[in-house]
Amino acid sequence: MSLNQNSGPAPGPGPGRPPLFSRLSGLASRPREPLLAVLIAALILLVGLRAPAFLTMRSMDNLLTDSALPVMLALTQMLVIVTRGIDLSVASNLALSGMMSALLAMHFPQLPIGLVIACALCIGLALGLINGWLIGYLSLPPIVVTLGSMSVYRGLVFVLSGGAWVSSRNMPADFIAFPLGRLMGLTHLVWLAALAIVVLWFVARHTRFGRDLYAIGNDPVAAGYVGIASPQRLFWTYGLSGAMAGLCGYLWVARYAVAYTEIAYGFELTVIAACVIGGISIAGGVGNISGAVLGALFLAVINNALPMVQISPFWQSALTGLVILSAVIINARGEKKRNKQILPLHFHTELRATAAPVTRTPA
Amino acid sequence: MNIMADTAPVKTARYDIGERGSFRIADLLRQWEFLLGLLLVAVFCINCLLLPHFLDFYNLADSTFNFSEKALIALPMALLIICREIDISVSAVIALSSVAMGVANHYGVPAVGLFVVGIGTGTLCGLLNGLLVTRFALPSIVVTIGSMSLFRGLASVVLGDQAFTNYPELLSDWGQGYFFDVLPRPFAVLIVAALAFAALLHCTAWGRRIYAIGNNPVAARFSGIAVDRYRLMLFVLTGAMAGLAGCLLTGRIGSTRPNIALGWELEIITVVILGGVSIAGGAGTIGGVLLAVLTLGMVTYGLALANIPGIIMTIVVGALLLTTIAVPRLLRGKATR
Repeated sequence: MSLNQNSGPAPGPGPGRPPLFSRLSGLASRPREPLLAVLIAALILLVGLRAPAFLTMRSMDNLLTDSALPVMLALTQMLVIVTRGIDLSVASNLALSGMMSALLAMHFPQLPIGLVIACALCIGLALGLINGWLIGYLSLPPIVVTLGSMSVYRGLVFVLSGGAWVSSRNMPADFIAFPLGRLMGLTHLVWLAALAIVVLWFVARHTRFGRDLYAIGNDPVAAGYVGIASPQRLFWTYGLSGAMAGLCGYLWVARYAVAYTEIAYGFELTVIAACVIGGISIAGGVGNISGAVLGALFLAVINNALPMVQISPFWQSALTGLVILSAVIINARGEKKRNKQILPLHFHTELRATAAPVTRTPA
Repeated sequence: MNIMADTAPVKTARYDIGERGSFRIADLLRQWEFLLGLLLVAVFCINCLLLPHFLDFYNLADSTFNFSEKALIALPMALLIICREIDISVSAVIALSSVAMGVANHYGVPAVGLFVVGIGTGTLCGLLNGLLVTRFALPSIVVTIGSMSLFRGLASVVLGDQAFTNYPELLSDWGQGYFFDVLPRPFAVLIVAALAFAALLHCTAWGRRIYAIGNNPVAARFSGIAVDRYRLMLFVLTGAMAGLAGCLLTGRIGSTRPNIALGWELEIITVVILGGVSIAGGAGTIGGVLLAVLTLGMVTYGLALANIPGIIMTIVVGALLLTTIAVPRLLRGKATR
């Protein structure tokens, strides 16, 4: 158990008190999740100082409900990114399964809500497994595959709906009511997100499946040598991402009570941005659940806070961009040397210092 | 040293470079560009047979307006992808440069100056991307996702919910005008740019080095190529071309709106990959990209004539992309790992 605890961005220092030097140099590369959590708290407090209304229970409740969908999508996107992949099709998948569940509920209003949700989940799973098959078993590049399926799924939404909107009066009442229904004071959306966090935390941290994903991301070739069935793992990773997108598709459509072709257009990049802010390396093998959750929360806080402090909502996208860029720059500082330095300079200086008198002798 | 000399006394080079093999049809069929060419001809013929108004020269010329701007960005994007980089922010650069032109126009900058403003803004955006990627050794996909958000955000901050209109005549001349009354100007610009890029990539040492970097950046660095300088230059070039495309697009539609060029980045990347450029870097040609652009352009035009909504086109493009990468892989069988 204690052996495979190092799932954070950088393996923590060994047992006992780390020496000062390694603590200083490790400042840039140690896990960022606490830092990010502090940043989010500080941001909330700062906004609260300007606009006390932001700190009320009602506004916090809104914030949590708003962040549920990006958090859920960021969780599975994180698993995909950990395997050195990327899933650009989540937003289109979300739109397609959302539209299909809306059409299903429209044509069969008497269907129990649980069945509709299960259908949305299964549709998303099937769409994700198509990606997974192409990426896992045919070993095609993930970015190309999901770029293609993104277009196909988005187009299919249009074909299915005929370009028409499915609006709230076409949907049964309990279909719309479920996401914002409350259980012990919190909306169902928040509970579902919490459930997803717990389940995926367990999967990523304590199951063979989850650990295999990290192994694949760290070194696909080595993962193959130690006997990890990469194709099968990738197949189900993208399936998982699809299933989550399917679930979120239903939730999105039901929450906003409308389904049309362009829902969640461009949302895939927001989800990936949340992962990047959470310290998940696009190069694979690095990242954990808390990072994904905090990254998505951070974006949600920015989005919800801007109207509160009377900054034009048009700033939202620009600020998001700035946050992403600063996050990656901070994340990269620890790795910069390793990537760019071809010859280890400190090794040479050490060598010269110790071997300086000897170098005069003819070779 | 001695042993080497004994066994191979005549050879001076370390490797044998074989003679170029004789011409075979099978080799031709394995060429991506050849297959794309066949596809283009097939699409063209099918359209001619099914659609009575397809083979109208003026219609054909006008259909190039739809893809010229995207194709202009696809050219440097191909270079970037060959070099193992990518730029997601191009459509946001178009938006920002279009907004910059709108602001400049508002303050009375003359028409020629607008082109300078547009292309200059694009160049600066590309420079920012390039500096972030090379100075901080960041993965370009992450940087450009961030800068996409930033550029589009800045554009929408300046623009608000307004739109810039009243652009001078010169701009619309270039955006929707013709040379000699037949050749659309954006298409002419595209042809010139494609020739320049093809010459740059395929006929100069500069181009060969891009392939070298794409095949193995570390080996390229070891063999004395200033890898980071090339990357930076490519990002700047992409930004400049996006700025140019922004000028033409603004001229064509005559206004700057918040959703200008929304979602183009993924379309452009799709075209580049369809053109046979390997996403893993190190392979691809400008000819292939141009053929892919023309093929998709013809399909779009045919669908438009057949009165099929444009979004069906996204299914076609996506399916085409998936099949073109999956079929060769299925035919080849198990991958060698």
